[in-house]
Amino acid sequence: MFDAPGSSPEQAFGVGELTTLVKQALEGGFPPLWVKGEVSGFKRHTNGHWYFSLKDAAGQLPCVVWARDTRRIPAPPDEGMAVFARGQLTVYPAQGKLQFMVDALEAEGEGLWKKAFDALKAKLDAEGLTDPARKRRLPRFPRTVAVITSLDGAARRDIEAVVRRRHPGVHLVLIGAVVQGEAAPASIVAALDRLARWGGADVAIIGRGGGSREDLWCFNDESVARAIAACPIPIISAVGHEIDVTIADLVADLRAATPSVAAEHAVPILAEVQEHLRRLGGRLADALEDRVVAERRALLTQLERFTLRATRMVERRRARVQQVAGRLEALSPVATLSRGFAVARDADGRTLTGRSAFAVGATFDLLVQDGRVHARTESIHDDAPHLPSRA
Amino acid sequence: MSFEQTLARLEQIASSLDRDDLPLEEALRLFEEGIAKLREANAALGEAEGKVQRLIEGAAGVLALEEES
Repeated sequence: MFDAPGSSPEQAFGVGELTTLVKQALEGGFPPLWVKGEVSGFKRHTNGHWYFSLKDAAGQLPCVVWARDTRRIPAPPDEGMAVFARGQLTVYPAQGKLQFMVDALEAEGEGLWKKAFDALKAKLDAEGLTDPARKRRLPRFPRTVAVITSLDGAARRDIEAVVRRRHPGVHLVLIGAVVQGEAAPASIVAALDRLARWGGADVAIIGRGGGSREDLWCFNDESVARAIAACPIPIISAVGHEIDVTIADLVADLRAATPSVAAEHAVPILAEVQEHLRRLGGRLADALEDRVVAERRALLTQLERFTLRATRMVERRRARVQQVAGRLEALSPVATLSRGFAVARDADGRTLTGRSAFAVGATFDLLVQDGRVHARTESIHDDAPHLPSRA
Repeated sequence: MSFEQTLARLEQIASSLDRDDLPLEEALRLFEEGIAKLREANAALGEAEGKVQRLIEGAAGVLALEEES
């Protein structure tokens, strides 16, 4: 006779044996599936696991999210929040309890994503990291542009094409990074660290092409945001499409709608740079020419002033010379002689100025206006018609 | 000096030269420097095709540039 397990006290199951069997049956009967309901009694355990129940009007389902799976969920759900949970139905044998092991959790609409985004944004806002005043000016004429993205992504090709079209001489340096999935934040942070340590780029573009919200989520990661904010090189963020705004966009120095637009912001058009240089050269030449003209004018003015002054000086001197000459003339014996006076001199040329200088019989010369008269002293007298008579 | 810095210096020189109170000698010196910078910038623009390189981190965190095909 065959007794089925559990059909008699002799065939009784051990508790653990049975709960394990139930667990196996449950797991075999239910593949991973989505359940919707309202969150109730959410609790975050110190070991990192999350516990809560999903319920609706008719039932309740105990749920757990293991710590490693919580990392994929943008934010913990709020009490009463309507959510969709994906997981595996099982039994927790130690408590004989039905348990739903959740590995993905989504709120209706933007729910959890928006919550996580808003929370991080508020935190970074409070620290001033999203302050527009922090944003650095991009270099107008970069020679080297770094690109942090997936080496085999569309973003990289778009950026290369735009850069080549605008300015074939600009160097591109690619810094490969994982830009989706769980490894992405750490990979992007490492790429930013390389960019900073290398230091050879004038500006950097960080981003990726379009994707699902989950794909782009690494650009809402706090560590990525902080690495961008701390990067010594100006950063242009370019994540997904026009409508996708990420935390990375808020802390970057410039947000570009797409990677192609980022490349346009980063790199000037070569012809425009050449035109700019040409204009600068023109300004230099004009400025110098103006300067030379001005100097020449100043020099001519100086020369004129100098000539005028020199002429005046010569005239003044000439007038003085004439004045002195007049005075000299007045003092000159020649002038006196012309008035009829004569000067007596002895043979040695000494002027005979009084009676005592004469001797009777001695000869002397009389200098007159137009020559010399040799004379002899006949007699000497103390009276003269032009002198008052001596008392 | 980077291209950016060269251009910034050029603009600075052009502005300085526009001032009248600059001694002529200084103006001439600036002009010469400006012409040199202009040549430098033009030469940089005329350089061969821009390269596409990859920044690689090797052992012990050594960074190197590798040509991209």
